[in-house]
Amino acid sequence: MSTEKADPGLVLHHITVRFGGLLALDDVSLRAGPGRVVGVIGPNGAGKTTLFNVICGFVTPQSGAMTLDGRPFRARPHQLARHGIARTLQGVGQFNGMTVLENVQVGGNEKTAWAALERCEVAEHAGKRPGELPYAKRKRVELARALASRPRILMLDEPAGGLDTDEIRWLADLIRDTESTVLLVEHHMELVMSVCDEILVLDFGKPIALGTPGEIRTDEKVAEAYLGTAA
Amino acid sequence: MTALQDRTRTRAAHKAQARLNPYLVIAAGAVVVVALTYMLPPFRTYQLATVGAYLCVTAGLTVLTGLNGQLSLGHGALMATGAYTLALWQNKFNLLLPGILVAIVVTTAVGAVIGLAAARLRGPYLAGLTLAVAVVVPSITSTFDETFNSDQGLSVILNPPPDSMTVEQWQAWVCWGGALLTVLALALLTRGRFGRDMRAVRDDETAARLAGVSVARTQVLAFVVSAACAGLAGALFAVIAQSVSPGAFPLTLSLFLLMAIVIGGLGRLSGALIGAVLLVALPAVAHEIGEAAGSQRLEGNLALTFFGVVLVVVMLAAPGGLASLRIPFKKKGH
Repeated sequence: MSTEKADPGLVLHHITVRFGGLLALDDVSLRAGPGRVVGVIGPNGAGKTTLFNVICGFVTPQSGAMTLDGRPFRARPHQLARHGIARTLQGVGQFNGMTVLENVQVGGNEKTAWAALERCEVAEHAGKRPGELPYAKRKRVELARALASRPRILMLDEPAGGLDTDEIRWLADLIRDTESTVLLVEHHMELVMSVCDEILVLDFGKPIALGTPGEIRTDEKVAEAYLGTAA
Repeated sequence: MTALQDRTRTRAAHKAQARLNPYLVIAAGAVVVVALTYMLPPFRTYQLATVGAYLCVTAGLTVLTGLNGQLSLGHGALMATGAYTLALWQNKFNLLLPGILVAIVVTTAVGAVIGLAAARLRGPYLAGLTLAVAVVVPSITSTFDETFNSDQGLSVILNPPPDSMTVEQWQAWVCWGGALLTVLALALLTRGRFGRDMRAVRDDETAARLAGVSVARTQVLAFVVSAACAGLAGALFAVIAQSVSPGAFPLTLSLFLLMAIVIGGLGRLSGALIGAVLLVALPAVAHEIGEAAGSQRLEGNLALTFFGVVLVVVMLAAPGGLASLRIPFKKKGH
């Protein structure tokens, strides 16, 4: 426990979540240290987004605890930014009645918004509405909004969904270059294997493997449950 | 071009698209209104004053509904709160400006209570709550008839206007003074962080929360701001009519207000102005047609009919409201 108290970063201890009779997460533990990229993978319905929702305060676990830099952590969604946590949503969570710049400014200021837009290479679209942009650009705008708060912990929920090879390559570079701790939920295995330091594999809410990309690639349980027996 | 030069050019180009300066617009509006009060005959000046009073409530309501997505069918009741507060104050103290401020404060407090309940409700449930307010508040005048004088209502004691102006001119100056200050305050408020937060909550509550916006706090504040505007409007109506009664704030008033801001253009202060003009113009036209036809019953229903027809026509021709017709080649705003 004294080791855990000094543990920097975000740590989840034995998280269990039930939705009625459905066990969505079953005794899941995770450690995301400073600057690390931790992937969370699993088939559809494995509990990956539920895990993110627990961290963000949208879902209250029936048991388990979270710590941030060794201190107990439970924040409501709108308080995450104060703790240096930012998250993107599956699909594209955007404000279609506002311009791209205004989208990124929400919760922040104009200076950091411009910096984030420039980093995501969509600054030239600042005056447009997200609906006017192609899907890949809209994903970048959402990413810019998460980056604008300069988060310590960046949670990316399926950021590669719907992107082509070039866009995924750009995304991989961004994840590698960021100084933030990154939690990555993703189905795109090439991206996950190329950027993650550690990967947690979930299946029906249970953790079935935790290790480096190389270890996960050769894990038999993972192969059987998720990657297919041919892996 | 270097990366820094490119960045600077992009940001400068964006800033060049800045909107109208609200201070200049308000100053120009004040000049126009003052000029009109010297040019128009007394009845038209009275109608101008009424437009000013309506603009206070339509501006607040269009911000609440258009920018924050909260549907209120109870703003007529909030106007009644402001009107009766002013009437009671004037009949005791006869100090108009403090009375208007007290009316705003009292209505804001009522709005805060409704807003706290409303923050937990969405869509038709919120509409139902505000509809209940619209029904209940006027009936309070019957319950406490010693204070509010039941259906007869209260007269409002006012000092006579300065000798240099007519009653109608003075009413127009008071109402438009309040309206222009309201529009200026809302314009400044909605351009900043609060405006962004309101629109974010309207468009996607989950994403807004994750961006650090307290959804409940934003919704309550939006309701409170619009209630303050409605309280001011009610107080100004009490000044114009020099009396208040429950019959002046029926349920249909709330429906008219909603129709007016939709026809004008949801979320646009220019649309609120158009809506305020329609709230005066359409009943006036209905009155003249009713008089010409010699039927009071017809006149009573015509205004509602006109609003309904205009609403349908405008929604077909310009779904963003009449204010959106100013920029026909851009997508509808907000």
